[in-house]
Amino acid sequence: MKLLKLVPDDTNIAFLKWRNIAVAISILMIIGSMALVAQRGLNFGVDFVGGQMIRTTFTQTTDAPITELREKVGALGYGDPTIQRFGQPNEVSIRMKLPTGADQEPELANTMADQITGMLKTEYPDVRIDGVDSVSGKVSEELLSKGVWSLVGAMLAITLYIWIRFEWQFGAGALFALFHDVALTFGFFALTQLEFNLNIVAALLTIIGYSLNDTIVVYDRIRENLKKYRKMDIVALLDLSVNETLARTVMTSLTMLVALVALIIWGPDVIFGFAAAMFLGVLIGTYSSVYMAAPILIWLKVGPDSFIPPETAGGKAERVGGPEEVG
Amino acid sequence: MLDFPRWKVISISLLLAFGVLMSLPSLFFGESHKYWPTFLPDETINLGLDLSGGSHILLEADPADVGETRLQTMEESVRAEMRRADPRINIGDISRKDGMLSFMVRDSTQVDAAREALLPLTTGAGLTGQRDWDIEVRDDTRFVVTPTSAGLENAVDNAMDTATDVIRRRIDEMGTREPTIIRQGDTRIVVQVPGLEDPEALKELLGKTAKLDFKLVDFEADPNAVAEGRPPVGSQIFPYPDNPAGLPNIAVKRLGGISGDKLTDAAQGFAPETNAPVVNITFDTEGGAKFARLTQNNVGRPFAIILDGEVLSAPNINEPILGGSAQISGNFTVEGANQLSIALRSGALPVELQVVEERTVGPDLGADSIRKGMIAAIIGTSAVLAFMVVTYGRFGFYANFALTLNLFLILGVMAIFNATLTLPGIAGFILTVGSAVDANVLINERIREERRRGRRVVQAVEVGYKEASRAIFDANITNVIAGLLLFIFGSGPVRGFAVVLIIGIITSVFTAVVVTRMLVALWLRRTRPQELVI
Repeated sequence: MKLLKLVPDDTNIAFLKWRNIAVAISILMIIGSMALVAQRGLNFGVDFVGGQMIRTTFTQTTDAPITELREKVGALGYGDPTIQRFGQPNEVSIRMKLPTGADQEPELANTMADQITGMLKTEYPDVRIDGVDSVSGKVSEELLSKGVWSLVGAMLAITLYIWIRFEWQFGAGALFALFHDVALTFGFFALTQLEFNLNIVAALLTIIGYSLNDTIVVYDRIRENLKKYRKMDIVALLDLSVNETLARTVMTSLTMLVALVALIIWGPDVIFGFAAAMFLGVLIGTYSSVYMAAPILIWLKVGPDSFIPPETAGGKAERVGGPEEVG
Repeated sequence: MLDFPRWKVISISLLLAFGVLMSLPSLFFGESHKYWPTFLPDETINLGLDLSGGSHILLEADPADVGETRLQTMEESVRAEMRRADPRINIGDISRKDGMLSFMVRDSTQVDAAREALLPLTTGAGLTGQRDWDIEVRDDTRFVVTPTSAGLENAVDNAMDTATDVIRRRIDEMGTREPTIIRQGDTRIVVQVPGLEDPEALKELLGKTAKLDFKLVDFEADPNAVAEGRPPVGSQIFPYPDNPAGLPNIAVKRLGGISGDKLTDAAQGFAPETNAPVVNITFDTEGGAKFARLTQNNVGRPFAIILDGEVLSAPNINEPILGGSAQISGNFTVEGANQLSIALRSGALPVELQVVEERTVGPDLGADSIRKGMIAAIIGTSAVLAFMVVTYGRFGFYANFALTLNLFLILGVMAIFNATLTLPGIAGFILTVGSAVDANVLINERIREERRRGRRVVQAVEVGYKEASRAIFDANITNVIAGLLLFIFGSGPVRGFAVVLIIGIITSVFTAVVVTRMLVALWLRRTRPQELVI
């Protein structure tokens, strides 16, 4: 039986030859993403800015009467709604920001949602309410700060872990790669104006975990090779490590992408944004492990002596593997 | 590598069998669950509200509200204590402001006596002997009573406990199935009710404080002054929306009324003469006696029935009501009367609660999500399985076997912990499929590499597992860190995602490393191949 080999044996691509250009592009992309976020802003869902969102299906109508809906919801006096189709043409979401005075009266967001559902039910007998989310200002602020803390916390905790398991240069490299991934994902959401909600924070954290997964596999091989080939030039050694792990990187990224494509095409509409963010994150994360996490090691002057032999350094915990004999 | 002891094989197999067994009840949900044999485990995974449909409602109390009520009670106690003191202590200029109660003792020689009388009111109910209130004397005769923060915290805590009980009773009375009611933090209560079609009735019931009072109407009050909201001395004004006299307000006597918290029962009924919906209430012995006294002394006069600061009706007392039961009339619908009776039966809320977050998912959308999630999971998993076999042949097949077991194990572990599967959880499930094979990819690629370097079959497999394990371990630890933070900071459905992710990582390391290693070892020992197709 002939097995599929996505990456031929003895592949030797000089990835790091392009490191300066790649890092320059990446930094430009990071700056671009930040500018996009600053200029266009993120399309925050009710989770993070408060207000209400109703999902509704017009069961007897092929096309939801969007213009009419906009007028009728507007007439309730809470401001203009954002009405969007999702999935089928007879399915719409109606989103409202927090009404004025909601900071004194936290229940106002919910009262507003009740009034809109009430109006829908009386005006359109065929309407089916599929979902109501109403979030007061205080709760949305909490959700936002929790989201930010979970992202920052995850990045720092993971960096710390890598620092302990590897060396500080590796921790710094991983942190930079993570920052790159997260920044670009934010840029993607600013560009597409897809709704940014709690699910997206979950996606970002998964991206952080996944991107790191990749980085660690490459780092683990670098560490191994640093002990094995003590005389090798660092650029050549990094290239070797990236190439040796390339087959695995491609294979794993592909299985992830295959699973995600299934989720994007056939999965529930509610988690489309989540799956799209993950898809992008897998691509960016794979790239960043090669072009962000590895070159930093050069600039931070990682060499064979970064891993001091266990007998001199008082035997730190990270020296589990020990020098490897070549078979 | 080849010596894989029998006891290991047996214990791994038993563990896998146990995990798969635990997952089965969850796969037989709905109708088919009836046919599940009773001698087998019955724990199942809960479906999150976003899949089953239902409402998540977050209620919040304003602690200042509790403080205000408490201060009011304190004022009444202070008045009573000063009256009761012997000799009676005259106080005046009583005011409540900024959460403090202040009053003046008219006779400066009585300041010490007043302090003595006050002291018992200020100690906490707890065993710790902590002080609930601070007393301060300013300018010789002015007393300022301030709640201590510990005392206030304690009061809020008690109020929230009571409120949680009241909410639970109300929801139980509504007959909803399997509600979850949890106190969250200092001032919040989470209510989750699955499969609810219309959460509005529920919210209305939860938002009702249901504080009932009976007070005598001050019929001597000047109607013009009452209309303008100026109460006569000794009276106070309440809004009266359904006033037959047409006025928006009504004046009632401050004192001499009774409160309606001493009820043993309340039920919706119909008024005998008009057939209008009413609420019939029954007092307990103490309340009944008080009510009898009130009606006996005031035959022919009207009294106001006040609910949550609004007058429902003000009927005339035609004759003394001695039997301990009474009828509340008002402009009710049957449903409204029924709701009020539920609220009264379950007791008044000690504090007003506001809905600060609601997440409702209709049953259709939930079912749709499950269906689409299943389809995506099946397609995604099949594609990954096919991909693995095409790439790694026999080793891919072992990885797939491990992956399939892993899916059952995730469900099994979730069932054991009664974990909740949410929509993002399904996404997590599919992602686990994508990432669980990573361990096998790492191992298999390493074996390929070692073979290329010229190692013999058994040695290549051995080194492959050993060298790959380190990276697998490190990579999965970081994933668990991300998952834990997601669990700690996440809420609702996102937590469900974190649960699947964390469980999936742990079980996948077990199946992808330990189980495949066993399969490979057994195969190597059986056939002793000289070549390896990988």
